[in-house]
Amino acid sequence: MTPLPRWIDIGLLPAINLLLALVTAGIVVVLIGENPFRVLRVLISGAFSAETLGYTLYYATNVLFTGLAAAVAFQARLFSIGAEGQATLGGLGVGLTCLLLDPTLPPVLVVVIACLAAPVFGAAWALVPGVLQAWRGSHVVITTIMFNFLASGLMVWLLSGPLKEAGRGSPQTRRFAEDAALPYLHDLLGSFGIARSPLNVSIVIALLAAVGVWVLVWRTRFGYALRALGHSREAARYAGIPIRRMIVVTLLISGALAGGMALNEILGVQHKLILNFSAGYGFTGIAVALMGRNHPAGICAASLLFGALFQGGAELNFEFETITTDLVLVIQGLIILFSGALAGMFTPWMTRLVLARAVRDG
Amino acid sequence: MAVPALRLRNISKRFGTVQATRGVDLDVMPGTVHGIIGENGAGKSTLASIVFGLHTPDSGTIEVDGTPVDNLRPVDAISHGIGMVHQHFMLVPGFSVLENIVLGLEAGFRLGPGLARARVRLAGVCREHGLDIDPDATVDDLPVGVRQRVEILKALYRGARILILDEPTGALAPHETEQLLALLDRMRASGATVVLITHKLHEIMTVCDRVSVMRSGHLVAERDVKDTSADELATLMVGHDLPAGGEEKAAVEVRTVLEVSGLGVRDAGGVRLTDVSFTLRAGEILGLAGVSGNGQSELLEVLAGMRPVSAGSVSVGSRRIDHAHPASPAEMRSLGVSHVPEDRQRQGLVLPFDIRENAVLGRLERCGPGTLVRPAVLQARAEAMIGDFDIRPPVPDRPAAVLSGGNQQKVVVARETAESPPILLLGQPTRGVDIATIGLIHSRIIELRNRGCALLLVSADLDEIFALSDRIVTLCSGRLAGPLETRSADRSVVGMMMAGLDGGAAA
Repeated sequence: MTPLPRWIDIGLLPAINLLLALVTAGIVVVLIGENPFRVLRVLISGAFSAETLGYTLYYATNVLFTGLAAAVAFQARLFSIGAEGQATLGGLGVGLTCLLLDPTLPPVLVVVIACLAAPVFGAAWALVPGVLQAWRGSHVVITTIMFNFLASGLMVWLLSGPLKEAGRGSPQTRRFAEDAALPYLHDLLGSFGIARSPLNVSIVIALLAAVGVWVLVWRTRFGYALRALGHSREAARYAGIPIRRMIVVTLLISGALAGGMALNEILGVQHKLILNFSAGYGFTGIAVALMGRNHPAGICAASLLFGALFQGGAELNFEFETITTDLVLVIQGLIILFSGALAGMFTPWMTRLVLARAVRDG
Repeated sequence: MAVPALRLRNISKRFGTVQATRGVDLDVMPGTVHGIIGENGAGKSTLASIVFGLHTPDSGTIEVDGTPVDNLRPVDAISHGIGMVHQHFMLVPGFSVLENIVLGLEAGFRLGPGLARARVRLAGVCREHGLDIDPDATVDDLPVGVRQRVEILKALYRGARILILDEPTGALAPHETEQLLALLDRMRASGATVVLITHKLHEIMTVCDRVSVMRSGHLVAERDVKDTSADELATLMVGHDLPAGGEEKAAVEVRTVLEVSGLGVRDAGGVRLTDVSFTLRAGEILGLAGVSGNGQSELLEVLAGMRPVSAGSVSVGSRRIDHAHPASPAEMRSLGVSHVPEDRQRQGLVLPFDIRENAVLGRLERCGPGTLVRPAVLQARAEAMIGDFDIRPPVPDRPAAVLSGGNQQKVVVARETAESPPILLLGQPTRGVDIATIGLIHSRIIELRNRGCALLLVSADLDEIFALSDRIVTLCSGRLAGPLETRSADRSVVGMMMAGLDGGAAA
């Protein structure tokens, strides 16, 4: 098991996987009678033009939070599927903060408290699965999936009952106070002529979180223990790493990162609490983490790719009559399949190639 | 001259940058026991795997009974009458002996008739080779030595006439080893050909007709066993004369640093240790002998803080550890207890971590204040360890997984001895390690002892226990016997103690 050079593992292999996904998607496009190169051109220009880049980055912010959440848990070999529910609870944290405090406190303070409430609520939703995993061995895959359903049910009840805006039919809260929101980048940097988009300050928070995750995992004692635990539970036991506490704390951190997603959607864009705003980003985060090799740099790149897919995919739908939303989903699915689920497909082959070279070069 | 049962010509195989075997020529005559001896990593197991078709050689030819075979796969090897008993058993634990033996040869959709026929045939095979095994016993319930006979039986049942055994005695107790060697002798008498791969000279001298010595992938010598000696073979294996035995022992200073009294350990699997009492003194090596699985691992884990005490106590200095006052591994380390664990790959190392990260496993909090990891500190530690123990390759950012077994063990021993601990627990410190590294580790152990360290040496290798220990205790079924002074101890007495016969009561 010779490990590959880092640039191959986090650079070349994902690129090959992505290429393969695009070729397969291209075949599908040919089958429905469109020109794959034209589709690709529309996809790229739809994602990266001056008007649309903001949208791409806004989508990327969501999966950056959930991708980091998944990666932290995966480093400790905890396959948490709970980002979806934790993000939902993060939204509840933001919503409660704003609804309760915006009549009395200055907006800046409300925003600051909401920024803390989102990760705290997300983490809280990971607490029970974490404790059950650590002390009872209940598998975190099962418990986090169940907690996703619980989160969804809880929100339906809250938004159709206690938190619903009086006199309205739809399940949502009232709008938060005007300035109780994270500023849009086109407002902040308007003088630079940035196009209007939902992109807001939460992308900066997400990028800071990525740096934070890197420091945490690779430069702290906690991260050392986290990785040791992920690689070998027995070695962790030998080293005296408190395994149960590590499992719980790791899942809390993962939940907090997932909760951060609500900053983008609720505090940044919606300005009110709505149903299903997590919209599958929690699950996409798993693919992002797999594709990014659980490394913050890789996750940033993978987030950008998925953001581009969401945004470019919407443009495809708009541009081509034959390409429906379903087909866009197929293309996204192929990329997730090749880059995420089949991420390790070429690793053995590449390892042999690298070894053969090493032998030839002596 | 008879046609060799097995003839290898110019067999070479390389794995990545490692040339495992180079141009090996070997003739194994029918009806003989042929030994292949060499240090770890000499290429013995690779050669065996090639003959059994598990690896394809890069070059060379194989003939079985004079017929060339190529593109050998394990199924072909079996059809050519080659059987292999692996170092690690390949048995289904919950199955009976009979079920394990027919596995893959079930003959038809319904199991019953096939099993009935197999039972009759198995009885015949057992009779032929003088094996006595209950076909209905569950493999789980069998001692290791019997499990191994099941493996041999599996090969014989499949019609093996050439049987390859790869390090078969690694997990066996001394009397089980003798039984195995006697079985090989009987198999030879009934016409079978045996290839015995081992690094134990005693086994070669006892049972083999001819022996080939491997070193660094080469076959360096071949001898008739009656024309050679253990000394000559040892020299051929390492390529130079062995250094003379143990250094003079320092004067014994009687100061107890660790005391175990009435220790009992129970877990979900049952009672592991019962009423164990002994003391560990500064400047002394206490050898703990015993067949694996009699409580040695549990004792080490208790002393290392990895396992709670159920009854009795362990005292280190003024700290008393008992059921109500447990100690963590971190606390035991701060009390001065270092621990070379029995399983270096699962416990002693995090294999994907590089040498730098492994250099601080369990000791990170001792590498400076604060919560941040300092790469420079890790680098310095790794470099010191590499220099101190000649770890190869000397690359601090190389993952432990790619190091050889000997070099992995050097990393663990280097880490655990770096701070000159007052107490050192050693679990099988030289198991599966090449001779040169064994020498290095042994001299480090003696050096620590001479500097006043108290060492507990747990080893399945009686020679190692006798060579290093000042006193010897044994564990059998979780009960301690001894101690005996090594000077006056008799191997047969220790053997009886290990087997639970109270030969050591007099001491």
